[in-house]
Amino acid sequence: MIGTDARVLGRVVPAATLAITMLGLSITGGRVSVTYAQATPPQRASSTALPDTFGFGRPATPDAIAKLDIDVMPDGTGLPPGSGTVADGAQTWGRFCRGCHGPEGEGGSAAPLVGHDPSGRPLTVGNHWPYATTLYDYINRAMPRTAPGTLTPDQVYGLAAWILAKNEIIADDAVMNAETLPAVVMPALGRFVPDDRRGGPEVR
Amino acid sequence: MMSRSDRRTTSRGRLTRRALLAGAAGAIGAAAVAPVSGQQAIETTRRPGRGPSEIDQRSPFVTPRRAPSATSSRTPLQDLRGTITPADLHFERHHGGVPEIDPTRYELLIHGLVQRPTLFGLADLKRFPSTSRICFLECSGNLRRGGPDTLPQMVCGLTSQTEWTGVMLSTLLDEVGAGSDATWFLAEGQDAAVMTRSIPMEKAFDDAMVVYAQNGDALMPGNGYPVRLLLPGWEGNSSVKWLRRIELADRPFMTREETSKYTDPLGDGSTVRQFSFVMDARSIITDPAYPRVIEPGWHEIRGLAWSGRGRITRVDVSTDGGASWHAADLQAPVLPKAHVRFRYLWHWTGGPGEIMSRATDETGYVQPTWDALREVRGPRTRYHQNPITSWTVGSDGRVLFGAERLRS
Ligand code: HEC
Repeated sequence: MIGTDARVLGRVVPAATLAITMLGLSITGGRVSVTYAQATPPQRASSTALPDTFGFGRPATPDAIAKLDIDVMPDGTGLPPGSGTVADGAQTWGRFCRGCHGPEGEGGSAAPLVGHDPSGRPLTVGNHWPYATTLYDYINRAMPRTAPGTLTPDQVYGLAAWILAKNEIIADDAVMNAETLPAVVMPALGRFVPDDRRGGPEVR
Repeated sequence: MMSRSDRRTTSRGRLTRRALLAGAAGAIGAAAVAPVSGQQAIETTRRPGRGPSEIDQRSPFVTPRRAPSATSSRTPLQDLRGTITPADLHFERHHGGVPEIDPTRYELLIHGLVQRPTLFGLADLKRFPSTSRICFLECSGNLRRGGPDTLPQMVCGLTSQTEWTGVMLSTLLDEVGAGSDATWFLAEGQDAAVMTRSIPMEKAFDDAMVVYAQNGDALMPGNGYPVRLLLPGWEGNSSVKWLRRIELADRPFMTREETSKYTDPLGDGSTVRQFSFVMDARSIITDPAYPRVIEPGWHEIRGLAWSGRGRITRVDVSTDGGASWHAADLQAPVLPKAHVRFRYLWHWTGGPGEIMSRATDETGYVQPTWDALREVRGPRTRYHQNPITSWTVGSDGRVLFGAERLRS
């Protein structure tokens, strides 16, 4: 979700800026200069020059885009209106999540979401997730696993609040919404470093 | 010396023969008991075979099978001889099951930092200039450290190779007028995981494709029918299947699959490697391998090697547990970012041995040992494990997975 949501558009949140610096990407002329890909021979040889446009496809209206554009970015771009408390989240958790993830967010059949061990055993939201917004994005798109996409924004905000509180990242009386969720600073934020493998003789 | 699948098929084959014999009122029943040289070659000439059919099927004697788990299905590397994976044996890995998509209602949305947000139907995508490319796909979680009774399929069957056909992503981006301020794009699937990955735009203008054909045919459902992204050489998860949306942006989206998952805690105990897309060079001997029992004499050691960074330039084979190495033959053509077959003729004299392979790619990268990987990455990385693997050969000819090499 970018450039379409006036509510949050243009907010510059340090987290997102940090992400770019962290990745060590230099942005020149609008293109990221990273060296992930080896130059490969051109895949398509054509005797005729390509036209400026082919005119295939049809214009996507703002409505058509809004229907599918569900992603949420670290600066909060894409978050919908609504809010949820830790207590709201506890209720929703009990109804839709505990069966797989355990009553306290760990010890279920699915991966634990709660745990603070800084050495990262096991990896959880508390010690391994760099952005709180990813919780909204992922729960909204993919959970509960047997009925994804059925939760309301208020429910998702509540669940994010409950999971963050369980991980002792936010207070038990915190309210999560489009303003507060992106402002949460996650314990794992500073840990992520860009891939430094580059081929060549050195194993990394 | 039968492979597991040959054995399985032989017993299946007997059933089939018995059924046939029953039909023939047992007239040639004796022949099935003691094979007589030349007998079968005559038998099949004595009655007309089946007529032409709409779709062919493998011989009942041939039953390669993927190995499914709850979340993935592994290619039977030990049963394949070439470099192209039959579409129905291509590995699968998905996070929300395989959706059933009606191609007439399918659309790909491209929007974000573009001049003309556009919806492309399947027919639209097929009208664009098309490109075919042979390359491998590999899940970055492609290593299982099993015991001695581990098949090649279970060691690293989450890799397969295909001739993909589709349109260059750059062609589509030109069509929609990609903004020069776009540095990343989001690829999103329409499965129940609504899979999402952020991809640097550089890849979009290098060799990324939007593909609709697998070995010349439509994509298999488990591989993204009707349309998937294809990022040659990069971890399979980033080649998002059932592609419904591409959004251009000026920063990565930080989805769950590039933060919580597909990232690697490193040995320093404090940092986590992120956006580790490229699959490093790797190889595996697919024959002889568990569960074969071999006899002394000549054996062609065969296997696959590949690198996400370009061409494989050499594969070395050792038959003495790494004490000495010999250059294997590579089967032409050696394509970039593609599986290549290697072969090494070996005379086994009967003593215990250990066979292993080591790939080198055009960047000079040499496939590392497990210990070397652990040394640089620490004990907790989960993805991108490409160690040299081996098969031990006992004095009795039994071939077992070299599980000891991956301990520690
Ligand atoms: C039917 C079982 C099931 C239910 C119910 C369920 N989940 Fe999950 N959840 C899973 C599985 C399995 C995964 C791992 C999915 C994957 O890796 O693709 C998962 C993953 C997650 C993750 C990501 C974990 C990580 O470490 O990356 C979060 C967050 C999550 N679930 C939250 C929820 C919430 C909130 C609910 C309730 C609304 C819920 N889940 C309900 C099974 C379930």
